[in-house]
Amino acid sequence: MKIIVAIKQVPERDAQVRIDAAAKWIEESDVQYAMNESDAYALEEALQLKEKHGGEVVVLSAGPGRVGTTIREALAKGADRAIHVDCNDLATRDALSVARLLAEAIKPESPDLVLSGLQSDDLGYGQTGVILAELLGVPHASLILTVEKTDGGLKVKRELEAGWFQEIELPLPAVLAMQSGGNKLRYATLMGIKKAKTREMRVVGCDDLGAASPALATLDNVTLPQKQKSTQMIEGDAKQAAATLVEKLKFEARVL
Amino acid sequence: MSGIWVVLEERDGRVSRASWEALAAGQMLGKLTSKAVNAAVIGGATEALATEAAAKGAAEVARIEHALLTPYTPDGYTVALHQFLEQEKPEYVVFPHTYQVRDFAPALAARMNEVLISDVVGMGEGPTFTRQLLQGRLAGAYSHPGSGPCFVSVQAGAFRADEGSAGTAEVTTFAPTIEAVQLRTKPGQPFRGSAQTVDLGSAQRIVSVGRGIKEADNLPLVQELAAALDAEVAASRPICDNGWLPMERQVGSSGQTVSPKLYLAVGISGAIQHLVGMKGSQCIVAINKDAEAPIFEVADYGIVGDLFEVVPALTEAVKASK
Repeated sequence: MKIIVAIKQVPERDAQVRIDAAAKWIEESDVQYAMNESDAYALEEALQLKEKHGGEVVVLSAGPGRVGTTIREALAKGADRAIHVDCNDLATRDALSVARLLAEAIKPESPDLVLSGLQSDDLGYGQTGVILAELLGVPHASLILTVEKTDGGLKVKRELEAGWFQEIELPLPAVLAMQSGGNKLRYATLMGIKKAKTREMRVVGCDDLGAASPALATLDNVTLPQKQKSTQMIEGDAKQAAATLVEKLKFEARVL
Repeated sequence: MSGIWVVLEERDGRVSRASWEALAAGQMLGKLTSKAVNAAVIGGATEALATEAAAKGAAEVARIEHALLTPYTPDGYTVALHQFLEQEKPEYVVFPHTYQVRDFAPALAARMNEVLISDVVGMGEGPTFTRQLLQGRLAGAYSHPGSGPCFVSVQAGAFRADEGSAGTAEVTTFAPTIEAVQLRTKPGQPFRGSAQTVDLGSAQRIVSVGRGIKEADNLPLVQELAAALDAEVAASRPICDNGWLPMERQVGSSGQTVSPKLYLAVGISGAIQHLVGMKGSQCIVAINKDAEAPIFEVADYGIVGDLFEVVPALTEAVKASK
């Protein structure tokens, strides 16, 4: 099975972010980057499918030069090769525009299966996988935890709301948008890191893909969120703060 | 162009609560744009849903009905809604941001060369649509410059479902053309993940733990605090994903929704998927080392500090106060 995994590099979870001067996005130079969490689970599922059924795992990532580090990480974990769609304007592109880039990069590869994470931790549109299926003309399922290969295609476990699940059968080729938590993530081994350096990473310019897309939804400005409640911040060292909090919960909020 | 269509979703044979919130969002959008607000119900049997919807203040209610629309498949819904929207040519299409909508609405919008503005939490003049960025650390204002329909999905709890509005909308029926071969995925019956042995929904007090706890070995720290408070222990998704606590203790969109008297969040940053499951709690306390963490947006009391110092101190203080 030939599997393409679309991964995104996003600001690290605990990164302290600052809004940029134009109030359009964040100061990118401030932050460290990491692989998007649900994409890491998509990669893990792809690697496990390859281990069981053979084939090839190709990672695909769009973004500026810095995404090379995240691609290397995926190669070190066991992906066979990579395609880097080089573009500097990812934050200003809407979900359809990014999916068009990825779809153009995927088409010549004719994969059996495309996996994406469910949602990015930065922009959080949560649409890439579903739109990719539409653009590639193949079926999809989203919020997938586990994947099993069957004679006719795939049987997948889909998460529903409030603790419910559902099995879905679908033929290949297909696209799955993977939820996090379905597998245990692996770490890259020293050997893997060594091997990654020799693996192919093809860079494709985003203008070369011929996927021009008019802006359909524009991010006009970025602000700090409005507070929903007035929060009383409790100061002091741990012991003082704890004592003050207990007082307040007892006599002010009356919940103890 | 025919104004705004709100697509309602069914749950247990009735229009879901999230759908009424989407209708409220549609009505707010109607005021901002001076356009008529209509509601669509979709499925294999929609009469009861349409009757419910017709009494809720929509100008018109459409029943998009076809036997192949039950059970839900993304292909069936995309085909049917595409045909309906091609006929109606609305300016706005509003959905509740549910798991089901996330599964088909992006494809539906793409089929019409449009894009969904997903998980919207607010609206303003223009109109502009506000969404959360970076898991709630920032907010972004979006607009739709194109001339085609603007697709929007709204976050659960962000718009208040209007109890008061009433009416008797005209109900029409739309029969889409769907062939069985167009439905490429075969859905199975929904099932529950595991036997529910904990009912977090009825707990008076909950101590909930997130990534900040770092390791499973540190969990006794919060378990001791919970014991002192006579509270249930709950967790955010990553803790359950790691297998440190069972899935049934997960609070959030994929777990349980709770509204206890006291919700004490320890080392939880407050991603929206978690907040939707607990922001209705009467009193929320957040303990987190990061003063910018979104959990403080919804907290009544906050302590910025090292949970490994604050939590044991709090356990002692609770015991001492008894």
